[in-house]
Amino acid sequence: MELISHLSIGFGVAFTPINLLYAFIGCLMGTLIGVLPGIGPLATIAMLLPATYALPPVSALIMLAGIYYGAQYGGSTTAILVNLPGEASSVVTVIDGYQMARKGRAGPALAAAGLGSFFAGCVGTLVLAGFAVPLTEVAFLFGPAEYFSLMVLGLIGAIVLASGSILKSVGVILLGLMMGLVGTDVNSGVARYSFEIPELTDGISLLAIAMGVFGYGEIISNLGKPASQREVFSADVKSLMPTREDFRNMTPAVLRGTVLGSMLGILPGGGATMAAFAAYTIEKKIKLRKGEVPFGTGNIRGVAGPEAANNAASQTSFIPLLTLGIPPNAVMALMVGAMTIHNIQPGPQVMTSNPELFWGLIASMWIGNAMLVVLNLPLIGLWIKLLTVPYRWLFPAIVMFCAIGVYSTNNNTFDIWMVGLFGVLGYAFIKLGIEPAPLVLGLILGPMMEENLRRALLLSRGDWTVFLTRGLSASLLAVAALLLLIVLLPAVRKKREEAFVAD
Amino acid sequence: MRIKSQKDFFSGLLFLLVGAGFAWGATSYKIGEASRMGPGYFPLLLGVMLAIVGLLVMFVSLVVETEDGDPVGRIAWRPLFFVILSNLTFGVLLGGLPSIGLPYMGLMAAIFALTFIAALAGDEFRFKEVLILAIVLSVLSYTAFIWLLSLQFPAWPAFISG
Repeated sequence: MELISHLSIGFGVAFTPINLLYAFIGCLMGTLIGVLPGIGPLATIAMLLPATYALPPVSALIMLAGIYYGAQYGGSTTAILVNLPGEASSVVTVIDGYQMARKGRAGPALAAAGLGSFFAGCVGTLVLAGFAVPLTEVAFLFGPAEYFSLMVLGLIGAIVLASGSILKSVGVILLGLMMGLVGTDVNSGVARYSFEIPELTDGISLLAIAMGVFGYGEIISNLGKPASQREVFSADVKSLMPTREDFRNMTPAVLRGTVLGSMLGILPGGGATMAAFAAYTIEKKIKLRKGEVPFGTGNIRGVAGPEAANNAASQTSFIPLLTLGIPPNAVMALMVGAMTIHNIQPGPQVMTSNPELFWGLIASMWIGNAMLVVLNLPLIGLWIKLLTVPYRWLFPAIVMFCAIGVYSTNNNTFDIWMVGLFGVLGYAFIKLGIEPAPLVLGLILGPMMEENLRRALLLSRGDWTVFLTRGLSASLLAVAALLLLIVLLPAVRKKREEAFVAD
Repeated sequence: MRIKSQKDFFSGLLFLLVGAGFAWGATSYKIGEASRMGPGYFPLLLGVMLAIVGLLVMFVSLVVETEDGDPVGRIAWRPLFFVILSNLTFGVLLGGLPSIGLPYMGLMAAIFALTFIAALAGDEFRFKEVLILAIVLSVLSYTAFIWLLSLQFPAWPAFISG
């Protein structure tokens, strides 16, 4: 019953007209930007984050949650209609979703994605609310050694789940960790790697990296491709409602996806993508019913299952962030940055010191999900119109919004130069086939890891075995080692490569 | 020796150079020891690890066969140049360059310059279209950022607004 009283605090905070309005604006803007081809949730959140600066913390987080869900939903819309996955977790949605759209069934595909996500979001919210309290208690058992090991586990998870070469992912994460160290060292006050530039003593701006790498890098790469590859498929969406037969097929898929997603989301690393892939694989394994079209040719289960799974996972991936203060993936890392700007240090203390904020955020996630269904299904026509805007008008606007957004953070032109620099780096990453998302995760975790490593070794007087002699820490590292071992096994490795090639 | 994956080879090289650079930079700070880490300890550790990863990636790229040599492909110099140039121009016009005494020109001028330069990155440039786009973007930004969000941006050049 505690759960209900907690949720009622949350809904009390979130259900004020003004916060509902912010949730609405957040969803609307998130979808608006997220639907644009080539802009994933990371770039969307980075671009819209400055819009929340002026708000009080609770409203700002509520709006951000809205932006996040909107961006994700926008991404699926683009995936289905244009055959362009905006982010890794909608890569599988593309396979059957686009085929449905080509057969003139874009409407039911979008509805299946929307309704499936909504259901999964509701379940995810409940799981989050239910697990938050017990997990926060676990958090208090964590010493510096445990935190360090947990972060190692998280990073290994990110490596395992990243697409492409494992070694290169390790490299990107290390690069991110190092970039996170730029700036003043809290222990000694030494400005590291600042090259005598005063702005760098505060560290590299997370937004500048996110916008440069995910915004500019992507634009340059898109412009480098011949125009024919950017062609937008103008789908004709006639009826939105899935047929009764569709519902019969998609309901069990949504249920399976939700369960799978809720479980995988809690794992550190990159739950949403993994969940979507796993859900698709399971759906494919389950025998086709009579009259169902095969997978890869527009089966509605191939849309509903993965979409439900990735939404459930993105919901439950808030659990490690809110209870332990450790972001499990790149989007959550950006949320940490956002919270820090509003003077909130995510972690177990938030729930006790600031219950309104904590439960308000959880309630607002549900509101954000509901808002999406109410808002987006009727507005589908508008989003489709947006997709027909030629790229040559879109990209200067994106360049501008990135530049204004990053400038507004500190009112300092230095950040604009940094976006340019990271734009070049982002393009280099794309050209070299390096997946950039783990960079952001490393950037946030860098200082945290150093701090906990320092403390753990200070307490153990320099004895590195402390990570193995403390039970909890040792088991976390064991899980990390196991994960790494599993992906390195030749059989799994082959499977994984197949999965990411997307058949 | 032939490079079997061009992408991996240059990725490895990038990691190696950055890692080695970082590790070398770390030695200019106090390293300390495990029980009392100086500011250089953790960066040195990471830098060495990254350099090793870089070497491994390069090694793999020389040994493991790929189908087509995994080429990096043509670099899109034109978009790269104009997108980055538009970004830099935007910054200079919006904030000015105090170091050489250049005054700011404000958001409106910056948006016009950005739109025109960025548009050159695409494969077609239609003056009239770009002009309309610039007007739309500047009106939109003025409304959103200066009116609604009241961000502290200079909208007009220093010599007009004072």
